[in-house]
Amino acid sequence: MAGICSYGGYVPRYRLNRGLVYGAMGWMNPANIANARGEKAVANFDEDSITMAVAAGIDALKGVDKSTVGGVYYASTTMPYKERLNAGIITAALGLNDQIRAADFSGGIKAGTTALLAALEGVAAKGVDNVVVTASDCRLGKPASPQELIFGDAAAALVVGSENVIAEFKGAYSTTYDFVDHYRGETAKFDRAWEDRWIRDLGFAQLVPEAVQGLLEKTGLAMTDFAKVVYPCHYGAARKGLNKKLGITPEQDQSNLQVEIGETGTPHSLVMFVKALEEAKPGDKILLVSFGSGCDALAFEVTENITKLAPRAAITGSLANRADLDNYTKYLIWRDILPGDAGLRSEEDLWTRWSQLWRKRREVLGLWGTKCQACGTVQYPKQRICVNPECGAADQMEEYCFADKVGTIASYTGDNLAASVNPPAIYGQVVFEEGGKYMFDFTDCDLDSLATGMPVVVSFRRKYSDKHRDIAGYFWKAVPKREEA
Amino acid sequence: MADGIRDKVAILGMGCTKFGERWDCSGEDLMVESFLECLADAGIEKKEIQAAYFGVHIDEVNVGKAGTPLGAALKLPFIPITRTENFCATATEAFRAATYAVASGAYDIVLALGVEKLKDTGYGGLPGGAAFGTEMFLRGSNATAPGLFAQLATAYAAKYDIPMEKIKDAIAHISAKSHYNGSLNPKAHLRKAVPEEAIKAAPMIAYPLGLFDCCGVSDGSAAAIVTTPEIAKSLKPNQDIVKVKALQISVSSGEEETYTNWDGAHFATTRVAATKAYEEAGIKNPREEVSMMEVHDCFSITEFVTMEDVHISPKGGAYEDVMNGFYDLKGGGVPCQVDGGLKCFGHPIGASGLRMIYAMYEQLLERVPEERAVKNARFGLTHNLGGTPAKNVAAISIIGRD
Repeated sequence: MAGICSYGGYVPRYRLNRGLVYGAMGWMNPANIANARGEKAVANFDEDSITMAVAAGIDALKGVDKSTVGGVYYASTTMPYKERLNAGIITAALGLNDQIRAADFSGGIKAGTTALLAALEGVAAKGVDNVVVTASDCRLGKPASPQELIFGDAAAALVVGSENVIAEFKGAYSTTYDFVDHYRGETAKFDRAWEDRWIRDLGFAQLVPEAVQGLLEKTGLAMTDFAKVVYPCHYGAARKGLNKKLGITPEQDQSNLQVEIGETGTPHSLVMFVKALEEAKPGDKILLVSFGSGCDALAFEVTENITKLAPRAAITGSLANRADLDNYTKYLIWRDILPGDAGLRSEEDLWTRWSQLWRKRREVLGLWGTKCQACGTVQYPKQRICVNPECGAADQMEEYCFADKVGTIASYTGDNLAASVNPPAIYGQVVFEEGGKYMFDFTDCDLDSLATGMPVVVSFRRKYSDKHRDIAGYFWKAVPKREEA
Repeated sequence: MADGIRDKVAILGMGCTKFGERWDCSGEDLMVESFLECLADAGIEKKEIQAAYFGVHIDEVNVGKAGTPLGAALKLPFIPITRTENFCATATEAFRAATYAVASGAYDIVLALGVEKLKDTGYGGLPGGAAFGTEMFLRGSNATAPGLFAQLATAYAAKYDIPMEKIKDAIAHISAKSHYNGSLNPKAHLRKAVPEEAIKAAPMIAYPLGLFDCCGVSDGSAAAIVTTPEIAKSLKPNQDIVKVKALQISVSSGEEETYTNWDGAHFATTRVAATKAYEEAGIKNPREEVSMMEVHDCFSITEFVTMEDVHISPKGGAYEDVMNGFYDLKGGGVPCQVDGGLKCFGHPIGASGLRMIYAMYEQLLERVPEERAVKNARFGLTHNLGGTPAKNVAAISIIGRD
């Protein structure tokens, strides 16, 4: 029996009030007032689609034995690499085995559900088991465009397998159309859209019902069977119309989180689906529909196992972990929309040595260190000779992962000299509860909120962007440990 | 059985350029400037120099590697020249190598010269780069020197449960003292006395360090010619001879950075080097016997914790000594940074160790004006700390006159 075994979600901590954006850019497009309600979730300067997917993946793997994971399917239209397997970076960051299958799904923003279907059908065919399906996007609208207001950033992840299933897969129906409501060409930074009325009246209003009807016919289910219906459509009026047309009651209608997060692209239907799973009871049926170059419609039935899941942040928890990004131009700098001057120091040119990263991939991407088998001392990075002066054993190390460990701040500073698009650069020494220490950059926090002794966890982040060579480099940063909702 | 370096080598001459933003001078110009003063002080001819050790640290923007920049700048006639590099102890390493070369009996007269041309970087602070290996580009934090050393303050505050305001008071006093000392010294980079209130009100560089907690980033060069005490005495029969009493280096073992036994509030290396240096010099009670010091005050907080690590202030007692003026020029204790220190004399990395020895040397020979003279000085201690608090090189040198 194939289905969802676990879920995870990630919404970046910073939220940009749409009124702030409209206040800055509304003069150029006054009609945007219609899109200026609520807030949009925005990736921090050191976050991108990969880091958000990793965060959601870590969340989904809570309570899952990572050694059983057989695949990573990653869906996004804003992957940092065209060539270099993005899912491969995620695999390493999640600390999974090397001997697994990983793939990137991209193109239309229904790619998230397509990746999910590939995993479900692969598991059903017994070709693979325990696949992490993760989706994320970080799409940009041009300043003053409706998309700038409508879009938000987030990620979702699901573990698809055959045992301990929390939501059983009941069937799917797919359509594919070259319906170009939005597109980005090979080198485009910003999303481009066609007329809203056409997207609403031909796109959502015709393509979503077709997929839903197809699924209902194929599975023999009726709309009234579903506790929740998940479909993305940020047009408020069109959504009302579709609900009426399809017979979706207000209780069944899963919120599209437009006011809280925004339209997140590839992950969007999965983000809504994770939220629905968080609130689901055993026996609930959930209809999941994606939209983008056609539709995928999937049916699930929630099982008793959902009550046994380990605690996690998911969408609700990460939504609650919020802070205002109270500066629109900061957002423009972070997304590299507005050129900003981080000083001559920022122009130092350092190369990524790929052969070096290959040797150090476990340490850099997975935060693996070593544990001395002679004395038990854990240490990062990997050592050959034990650092404990009372021990000093040579070559008696086993691998030890720090990525899931909790530490405390031993010392810290906020550095205004370091080149940064988010000064001051905050960093400090973290001592882990189970031993080991390292000096990490800190993120998702303010200098004033820190103190020695404060507990921290680590988060996978973009460490640098080499614009000359088109390289996004990744490492781990420390984040104050916050209570998960 | 080895018995150390004490009294085996004498300083025949020294030279030191004015430190500062020497926009009109190349690194080679600075080498010539310190060398000519040193040669004149030694009272010998260039051809009598049998070997040389050359200290230069930064590779990114500078004179180049190996011994060749020194040979070419000074036109040294095909003598052995070796480059030394050991972070901020670079010049001390050149001095140490020259001293050991004489002590070994291999040479009679040896030159040590250090230089750094820092002000071609285009920005404040030191150039970044691969000081701890290119791998750190993949996983190192976005750190600069002030932020790395600033963490001594947060760790010290946590260890001794002392409010940050008190640490700020003490480090402001430290910087004010160095500014005053520097104001008296015509070769110093920064020559303006600054009150403690202005120091505390300065813009933040790296919490809790403000602008005046950071040393000058300077161009400069310093040099020494060393020989045997016998030769020194024969060449300068009517002058006191300044001899090397101790030279110690201690390098991090990886423990501070990777093992959890280090509190982040002290320099493990400095403690070891200081203990060994006092033993080598025959100093039993450093608080009483050391006449004056030049310590590595790259940042005011570095000087603060170093007062404990060189075993002069008791552990946790730096605040009392600093605030009581124990380290002030005329404070009756152990005057520290008598020439202005890195803080105000300046810090061209590859020259600093020799500049500190120069400051002690001119005091021991009573060549400085009354207003900045340390009376009856017998032992002068210098200290370099290169790297970061968690991974560094510490050097302690002691010179003295009998």
